[in-house]
Amino acid sequence: MISTELVDLSRLQFAVTALYHFLFVPLTLGMTFLLVIMEGSYLVTGQQIYKDMTRFWGKLFGINFALGVTTGLTMEFQFGTNWAYYSHYVGDIFGAPLAIEGLMAFFLESTFIGLFFFGWDRLSKGQHFMVTVLTAIGSNLSALWILIANGWMQDPVGAEFSYTTMRMELTNFWQVIFNPTAQAKFVHTVSAGYVTASLFVLGISSWYILKGRDLEFARRSFRIAAAFGFASALSVIVLGDESGYTISESQQTKLAAMEAMWHTEPAPAAFNLFALPNEKEQRNELEVQIPYVMGIIGTRSFTKEIPGIAEIKEKNRKRIESGMLAVSAMETLRRDKNDAAAKEVFEAHKQDIGFGLLLKKYTEDVARATPEMIQQAVDSTVPRVAPMFWSFRVMVALGFAFALLLGLSLYHTVRGTFLKQRWLLRWAVLFIPMPWIAAEFGWFVAEYGRQPWTIYGVLPTHLSASSLSVGSLYGSIAGFVVFYTGLLAIEMYLMVKFARKGPASLGTGRYHAEQTATATI
Amino acid sequence: MLDYETLKFIWWLLVGALLLGFAIMDGHDMGVGTLLPFAGKNDTERRIMINTVGPHWDGNQVWFITAGGAIFAAWPLVYATAFSGFYWAMLAVLWALFFRPVGFDYRSKIENPTWRKTWDWGLFIGGVVPPLIFGVAFGNLLQGVPFHFDDTLRSYYTGTFWALLNPFALLTGVVSSAMITAHGANYLMIRTEGDVYRRVRTASLVFGTLTLAAFAAAGVWLANGIHGYVITSVIDHNALPNPLDKTVVTQAGAWLNNYSLYPATKLVPAIGFAGGLLAIAAAWFNKPLTAFVSSALGMLGIIGTAGVSLFPFIMPSSSDPRSSLTVWDSVSSHMTLGLMLGATVIFLPLIIVYTSWAYKMMSGKVTEAFIKANDKSAY
Repeated sequence: MISTELVDLSRLQFAVTALYHFLFVPLTLGMTFLLVIMEGSYLVTGQQIYKDMTRFWGKLFGINFALGVTTGLTMEFQFGTNWAYYSHYVGDIFGAPLAIEGLMAFFLESTFIGLFFFGWDRLSKGQHFMVTVLTAIGSNLSALWILIANGWMQDPVGAEFSYTTMRMELTNFWQVIFNPTAQAKFVHTVSAGYVTASLFVLGISSWYILKGRDLEFARRSFRIAAAFGFASALSVIVLGDESGYTISESQQTKLAAMEAMWHTEPAPAAFNLFALPNEKEQRNELEVQIPYVMGIIGTRSFTKEIPGIAEIKEKNRKRIESGMLAVSAMETLRRDKNDAAAKEVFEAHKQDIGFGLLLKKYTEDVARATPEMIQQAVDSTVPRVAPMFWSFRVMVALGFAFALLLGLSLYHTVRGTFLKQRWLLRWAVLFIPMPWIAAEFGWFVAEYGRQPWTIYGVLPTHLSASSLSVGSLYGSIAGFVVFYTGLLAIEMYLMVKFARKGPASLGTGRYHAEQTATATI
Repeated sequence: MLDYETLKFIWWLLVGALLLGFAIMDGHDMGVGTLLPFAGKNDTERRIMINTVGPHWDGNQVWFITAGGAIFAAWPLVYATAFSGFYWAMLAVLWALFFRPVGFDYRSKIENPTWRKTWDWGLFIGGVVPPLIFGVAFGNLLQGVPFHFDDTLRSYYTGTFWALLNPFALLTGVVSSAMITAHGANYLMIRTEGDVYRRVRTASLVFGTLTLAAFAAAGVWLANGIHGYVITSVIDHNALPNPLDKTVVTQAGAWLNNYSLYPATKLVPAIGFAGGLLAIAAAWFNKPLTAFVSSALGMLGIIGTAGVSLFPFIMPSSSDPRSSLTVWDSVSSHMTLGLMLGATVIFLPLIIVYTSWAYKMMSGKVTEAFIKANDKSAY
């Protein structure tokens, strides 16, 4: 039997390293496009200040990017080191987008980013701008392929299980690429990155304005951030809603958990604005509801029902019972591939084999699972409700707050009055860390919401981990925590140092504190 | 579409090509990292060395990432078994690599000498550890690795981290480490002048010679002291991959079988020696570019020798030989191999074109004057 402690530790390590990596990704995705806008303005107007903006914000971007690269390396290793059975079981499909990401996107981004930083004196204006554009395209394409891979984990289309190779085999790559789950996730995630970068630039620029320094520089940065950010914030909300639309089964489970919908309600269902979920009794203690809203978001209709948790579990019970037959037929076929009876049973039930494998957590001999084990497996098919319910609400509330902040910033930009709105500027400074919080909660909703699966309906998390010792896991988690904490402290120190120093850090002699000859390092 | 057998073989060549790309491209900046604390005697000299690879190390590192991704996509069982089996070795590589992005980017952002020296040693670790461990890993592949599969193809590694550090593997580690250091030195000769140039030229001669000596010693040891692996059952090269479907035995001298079976493959180790010798001669006569190209050629020969000796094995199992992973039975599906080949054929030439352009735009010697003039923006 696989040790549950080992699986839990492997999950913990993955969560720590992925959440950590995701601290650096959103800013990279958005900053590259903000740099394109700034450098584009330089190219068109020829004004030095736009070049300085590109270089200064580029400097902050670089500090962030270094840790994005560092922590990204871990992600590339970790499927193999810690999720070996997963890598074997789905590598035929999952490995391809990762490899293509490297070939198509990561090479592009990483080759040109070097020229972005070091090529100012070597390249023509136009060449340098092209380099910046290619970096932005590269980083966003990279996100596309990663989210195609992740979308497939949520909604595994275009593949089929083979008992000969004991893994999933690709049957249709176009379905994997054009997976609607992946496409909605992609736009939602990159837009969230654009919002993160916009709020970063907006907040730091606001701080300069509040301090009354580098006004020309801060004003222009603020305007660009407000305009780009507001458009992106709307896109995040619209595409977030698209992600919620129940196109796939995994989304139904997620939706029911994050809405604390214990039972199917008559259509169109109400939206729980607030609730106190009681996991034990499978009901809510207290609910504040808005009628109809959930049904309309979830189904885009007034008549379709959204399945509740109890109904989803009943459906899953049938699939687990069918999956038990598939697993034992598969085991027979592994011993004798010519067993015609087993082949027939396997063909009839193979779409549920993943559900049968859920029982492996409780018994080696799936065919002889007791009713208690089956009940445990059924209950495990929906993630715990309270963490989903609250994470989702924090993310959404922050998302609307971003749209409001960016909307008001844009409004005052257009009217030319934002320099005087000190409350707005303070709000922007205060909100600098918020997009990261929203992004981490978003990651949690997507990934925790997929449990108990690594590949929804196909491969249980419990089976996915490598056969390592628990001691190794404690050792490696300790190593990651030490490295990452140290690196984050250094990164934050440099980021704050250079943000405080402002464009003077370029050493051009044109900015705050440089004229008074008090320049300090 | 190509048949399955051909695709399996092409992917063996392609993974080799990606590993070679990694060794040539990422290798030269790892060599720079290895030489950094020794060939750069003061801060300016070290900044000169760092800035020779400053604009390029990140792109070069993608060779490594892409090789990893390609192994995942093309040989999922190898990716799963090797990465989890060599757990602590892989983490050592990973954690050593952590020092590079931050070392390059953060080092010169603060003027404190202790800060800078600390990062210099960080860059040294990031340069020296990965090639050493990859060399050690190849040494272990050639001796067989203790792992087996259960019936569901879940892999179990039964060795320890310390067992990886056996004498033969340490020797192959020296081959790899010296080869990468010499290559880095050749690159630095192209991009530096004066004292740094003189020191790295010496390093190129020393490590170039060491590479060839260790490579020759490893060859002799392999021929006489290491048992090779041989498949004894009939393999259907077009079959769906299942590593448990074969029988394998160990045999003295079997790693030389391919050289007598396909005599043309003798060229591969010959290229290893020829490239290495040429690089040493070129460094001696102060022809840095020739030295760099020759050491790259030497790496083709040396890495190729490991590949040809093992073929068709990728990762033989010492504890359960039939679990051994080969190019025929540890691969992805026909469809995935075909698609990935398509993607590689399209993108790899593009990558080579724009990488060359990037190097061309940034070419020339990195000088003391350059560092002084770009104090705030250079690494």
